Amino acid sequence: MFDNFPLWPVPASSGAGNVDALFIFLVLLAGFMCLAIFTLIVVFAVKFRYRRGHRAEQIEGSVPLEVTWSAVPLAIFMVIFVWGAVIFFRERTPPREADAVYVVAKQWMWKLEHEQGQKEINELRVPVGRDIKLIMTSQDVIHSFYVPAFRIKQDVLPGRYTTAWFHATRPGVYHLFCAEYCGTEHSGMIGQVVVLEPAQYEAWLAGGSTFGSLAANGESLFRQLGCPTCHRSDIQGRGPNLVGIFGKPVQLEDGRTVMADENYIRESILSPNAKIVSGFKPIMPTFQGLVDEDQVTALIAYIKSLSRSPEGAAGPAKPAPGT
Amino acid sequence: MADSSLAVEHQEGLDHQFVDREQQRNAASLGMWVFLGTEVMFFGGMFCAYLIYRYWYYNEFAAGSRSLDIVLGTTNTAVLICSSLTVALGVRAAQMGKRRLLLLLLLATLVFGLGFLVIKGVEWHDKYVEHHIPGPSFNAEELIRKNPELHIDPAPTQIYFSLYFAMTGLHALHMVVGVGIFCFLTYYAWKGRYTPEYHTPVEIGGLYWHFVDIIWIYLFPLLYLIDRKR
Amino acid sequence: MASTAIPVEREHYLNTDYGIRSWLFTTDHKRIALLYLVTITVFFFIGGFFALLIRLELLTPAGDLVLADTYNKLFTMHGQVMIFFFLIPSIPAVLGNFLVPMMVGAKDLAFPRINLLSWYLLVAAGIVMLHTIITGGVDSGWTFYTPFSTAFSNTKVIEAGLAIFIAGFSSILTGLNFVVTIHRMRAPGLTWSRLPLFIWAHYATSIIQLLGTPVLAITLLLVVFERAFHLGIFDPTRGGDPLLFQHLFWFYSHPAVYIMILPAMGVVAEIIPCFSRKRIFGYSAVAMSSIAIAVFGFLVWAHHMFVAGISLYSAMIFSILSYLVAVPSAIKVFNWTATMYKGSIHFDTPMLYAMGFIGLFTMGGLTGLFLAALGIDVHVTDTYFVIAHFHYIMVGGAVMGYLGGLHFWWPKISGRLYPEWLGKFAALTVFLGFNLTFFPQFILGYLGMPRRYWEYPPEFQVLNVLSTAGSTILAVGYVLPMIYFLWSMRYGKIADANPWGAAGLEWKTASPPPTDNFREIPEVSWEAYNYDEIPAPAEVPVGR
Repeated sequence: MFDNFPLWPVPASSGAGNVDALFIFLVLLAGFMCLAIFTLIVVFAVKFRYRRGHRAEQIEGSVPLEVTWSAVPLAIFMVIFVWGAVIFFRERTPPREADAVYVVAKQWMWKLEHEQGQKEINELRVPVGRDIKLIMTSQDVIHSFYVPAFRIKQDVLPGRYTTAWFHATRPGVYHLFCAEYCGTEHSGMIGQVVVLEPAQYEAWLAGGSTFGSLAANGESLFRQLGCPTCHRSDIQGRGPNLVGIFGKPVQLEDGRTVMADENYIRESILSPNAKIVSGFKPIMPTFQGLVDEDQVTALIAYIKSLSRSPEGAAGPAKPAPGT
Repeated sequence: MADSSLAVEHQEGLDHQFVDREQQRNAASLGMWVFLGTEVMFFGGMFCAYLIYRYWYYNEFAAGSRSLDIVLGTTNTAVLICSSLTVALGVRAAQMGKRRLLLLLLLATLVFGLGFLVIKGVEWHDKYVEHHIPGPSFNAEELIRKNPELHIDPAPTQIYFSLYFAMTGLHALHMVVGVGIFCFLTYYAWKGRYTPEYHTPVEIGGLYWHFVDIIWIYLFPLLYLIDRKR
Repeated sequence: MASTAIPVEREHYLNTDYGIRSWLFTTDHKRIALLYLVTITVFFFIGGFFALLIRLELLTPAGDLVLADTYNKLFTMHGQVMIFFFLIPSIPAVLGNFLVPMMVGAKDLAFPRINLLSWYLLVAAGIVMLHTIITGGVDSGWTFYTPFSTAFSNTKVIEAGLAIFIAGFSSILTGLNFVVTIHRMRAPGLTWSRLPLFIWAHYATSIIQLLGTPVLAITLLLVVFERAFHLGIFDPTRGGDPLLFQHLFWFYSHPAVYIMILPAMGVVAEIIPCFSRKRIFGYSAVAMSSIAIAVFGFLVWAHHMFVAGISLYSAMIFSILSYLVAVPSAIKVFNWTATMYKGSIHFDTPMLYAMGFIGLFTMGGLTGLFLAALGIDVHVTDTYFVIAHFHYIMVGGAVMGYLGGLHFWWPKISGRLYPEWLGKFAALTVFLGFNLTFFPQFILGYLGMPRRYWEYPPEFQVLNVLSTAGSTILAVGYVLPMIYFLWSMRYGKIADANPWGAAGLEWKTASPPPTDNFREIPEVSWEAYNYDEIPAPAEVPVGR
């Protein structure tokens, strides 16, 4: 793909075509407008150039014209807005069943971890034809996860999760850039996304040295940290039962309701008293400083897995990739 | 028009770019109002940060607020309100041409202004002693111990104190500038510069003082009175 | 009154007094304008030097000319110097300072001493900035994003922040002076509807300066406090929100774009009627669109943050508001173009710059529509597409306007005419060099080359080489006017009071004007741009 002089980025995701379509529409529109304005300027400049004896004709203006050239552009702008917003809405709402990849950015590298436990650095292997959801956080400054071939970009912030998703459509190797300036080696914080055929991907998953699935690691960490003492899988625990809570609304002590998403669980681990679940006491100690970003990620993967398998049993979120 | 502009050319205290006194006074007063508009935006940035974080970290803000000295804070509010009164009376005295009264009121304002700064300094010193200055030596243990029912998280309490010091510090800086302005006004009042015809500096200096005062009137409840019921 | 021949020995603001003190302690708005002109020209060439180094580094994909840290400092300081020490003061502090009092028929700005103070503030800020540059520089990016700027950069962020903080006050005081002058010091008969559009543009600009700059000031001050005194307002490890910084920063820095472009629009609105010998088309539409830009400009800041982590719905709101602010800009372009219709058009240098401005601003504005479209923005934000877009606005727009204005009013400022053929040559050079530099960057951006990259993948090289080649041509185009302006101060033909046959009060006094601007305050009984009543310039001998 690295030709010497490309003029158009390779479209390699299901969303890329939509972005390209709007872009082409805008290029045509802008090209037409530029051409119109330039032509008018040149025609006026030639036709009404100064000639001795000719005087300019004084024209005050024209309200109908003003209204027209305000209203018509506005109408066109609204079309562009809606079109752009529709694409954006799709880009921002990952499909429910997407496979999660956890991304931790730091100066100046990308650490990526698959649900099945494979860890990669500056390289992300994904299968073609699957929805992949990225759950990203940063250990230091703001970074930005940018894959031009997928037309996606999302800033990665310290202290919270941001998400992005894509559905690769074409096997190949694509650039991964950090798009938010992050210090000395900003331009070196690059990597590649390797889109594999499903079979190749399975082979890689099977062959790679695996550390156990992310959720399994999370579960053992969950036990090590003593979480099950309070977070029991019945209703007698001093903490809320975590089975099945992920992705569900949670009633809080102060009357608010929040969605139990990655950010909520992260906050509940690191600053447990910020949002107290209705009916429980704020007795949980903070785990800030006791667990690092990777471990938080594993805990979240475990809690998510509790919502997928009805028994709340330990084990990988999915029996086998490809479900 | 040309005639009238020539006629008023040599009025006392009239700058050359103005046609007459009224234009000069209007310009000066509009200038100060516009400047105060920019000041509102300046403090507005901090008020905005305050509102967001207070919403996020209400308990931490409440605990921080309780640790402030309510007596000193209230006293300072009273001191500033008194200073605004003396400023308002001072402007009146200048309008009526009462030089001695004007001097007296300006001096009183200076005393109140300096008094405010001294009390503020005492409060800051208390915070220093209590390790409530954000940074490596910050210590929230006492806050946690004193407010068990709030279940506060130690990290964001630093945000409260960061805002406390930024807001009161910049307000105090404005007070220092105000004291400087009033030193000038007092000096020129002593020289007898201000007359019932020309006292614009006293008026716009007073506007500035009232503005700094009003900022405090907002800061006081926002910082001191978040959750005082115990 | 007016354009009779002037005796050579006539006293004017330039020869009324000599010596360095008469300049450094002057309260004459015209002399202060020249002080600004010298100051910002110095900074323009410093910033331009950084730009050239950036372009040279990007000639090859590998980082081989300077170190990565040096490169990061170069683009940071290029941005800071160009924005805060050149573009923001450029037209308002030089042309605005010189012309606002004359255009409203006043002897000076309302507060001449504050005007001088604001120049000193810019110089003080400039010295701090130069000190920062010389003693190691700063690498936070001109945007100062936290937590990089507060906790991770180990360069002179505090100093650079303070420099911009001080420069901000210079900008505020200039805006304050303009607002008060325009409100309170208009000549008799000069109603709001008779004001030149240059004044309307400066009025709108001043409002943004007054309401926006203080927010930047406090934001940078909090960054400085966070570094210097360990306050934690933006610190994520203490629960602070790095996005709050971005909101506060862009609340100023988006309207700041309009601080740069609105005055240039004002210049163009003066030049086009003059060289078309016509009244401006749709006076009130053009005037009101300036105000509309100033107002809407404050409501769109978060369109810089579509991928920063703001919510889906706030992104949509800011997207739709961004389209609203595009409408008044479109209105202006249409009205300028319509002004040329049935005119009697002369192609002097200022007109070439004005026509170039319309073209480049149109392209800059239209590519803004791409960026405001959420789906496209996700792909192209923080890439060279954005770089190209805002350079089309700020360089293609603001700098073209500034140069056009400088050529247009140079006879008034210096009393001399610049060499016309060289002026035209420079204008064309700038136009071609500019397009060659920045057009390839649109393509680079859509291909996905991120901004602020010291090294880049080799497939982007061809376009980068084109861009670097263009930048050298552009540099020639910028150096030329400086040379021939300086030359003309001594050798240029003497200009009479109104060499272009232009409307506007500034042309009704001598060139250069006397210290008090007008021998007597004019009384205005005519509408702006009354070109039907002014003799065509062809009969006026212009030096060419």
